[in-house]
Amino acid sequence: MSGEWFLIFGMALVTFLVRYPLLVIVGRVPLPDSIFRALRYVPIAVLTAICVPAVFRIDETGMLDVPALVGGVVSALIAWRTKNLLLTIVIGMSVYLLLRSVL
Amino acid sequence: MTVESIALSTHSRQSEFLNGIKDTFPLIVGAIPFGIIFGVIGVTNGLSPQAVIGMSVFVFAGSSQFVAAGLVGQGVGIPFIILTTLVLNLRHALYSASLAPYVARLSQRWLLPLGFWLTDETFAVVVRRYPQADDSPFKHWYHLGSSLAMYLNWQVCTVVGIVAGTQLGGIAEWGLDFAMVVTFIGIVVPLIVSRPLLLSALVSGVVALLAQDMPNKLGLMVAAVAGIVAGVLAEQYNTQKRGEQL
Repeated sequence: MSGEWFLIFGMALVTFLVRYPLLVIVGRVPLPDSIFRALRYVPIAVLTAICVPAVFRIDETGMLDVPALVGGVVSALIAWRTKNLLLTIVIGMSVYLLLRSVL
Repeated sequence: MTVESIALSTHSRQSEFLNGIKDTFPLIVGAIPFGIIFGVIGVTNGLSPQAVIGMSVFVFAGSSQFVAAGLVGQGVGIPFIILTTLVLNLRHALYSASLAPYVARLSQRWLLPLGFWLTDETFAVVVRRYPQADDSPFKHWYHLGSSLAMYLNWQVCTVVGIVAGTQLGGIAEWGLDFAMVVTFIGIVVPLIVSRPLLLSALVSGVVALLAQDMPNKLGLMVAAVAGIVAGVLAEQYNTQKRGEQL
């Protein structure tokens, strides 16, 4: 691809500009308590928004993608019962890949 | 020996650094297939191997690299891909705002690299370490350990993916990209420890489904904001109710 280094430079620049400035500013400028209360909801809200559409996704036939749905639900149950991240990943992926290969 | 020096001896720079790596390990396992797939998609979609490595080295943002490689394959223009990267990575601004109070006393020598290395995974790990009650003065070394472990792993996986992508056909269709989803599920579910947090997750999930067709994955940001607002409102409502009962 022509201009691929321009693409990389642009992507690197915008990514750094969302990651770095607030790290410096927020610590030095006092912010109201309500902001910090709101920030506690950030990881849950963001990561859920990434996961849910990937779990309830539609496959090529226009139906719900069963391996993704079952794999996602099983992962959530294991995470809830065990709070063990590695176990969640290993079992969740095994269930997903197994169903994918048989369905 | 003073009380302070005892605290210093239980938490050394080295022990914090190693614990940061250790606690990030499960997330590294989840990132491995994702990094490999990125390498595969990058070279199969027409980027040179050097550019695929360059993207991992200089951008270091998994989901946006993934999407960018896909868009390159579809022949989408560079300005649009950069804009998409910005939108996809906006969530990192929320992460750095959350971490800022804990790193306020650090110098730029620390803040620049820690900012550059910020990822979903490192954020999820260090946001649990910083508020812990022990007054270890080296918690940023924990942050550094987590960051470096994620970074080095990402580079290695990218190279493995480039090799696999040029040697094995069809590896991109194996479904390994689902590892990112189960990793995030494994992070989120244990975080839900109150009703406002549960409501926040539910609202964010439902809105993400409804808004997923918005251009540039903007639906992701809309859903996240809706989830945060729902959680904050629920928490306020709970506090008010408790106040009335007293």
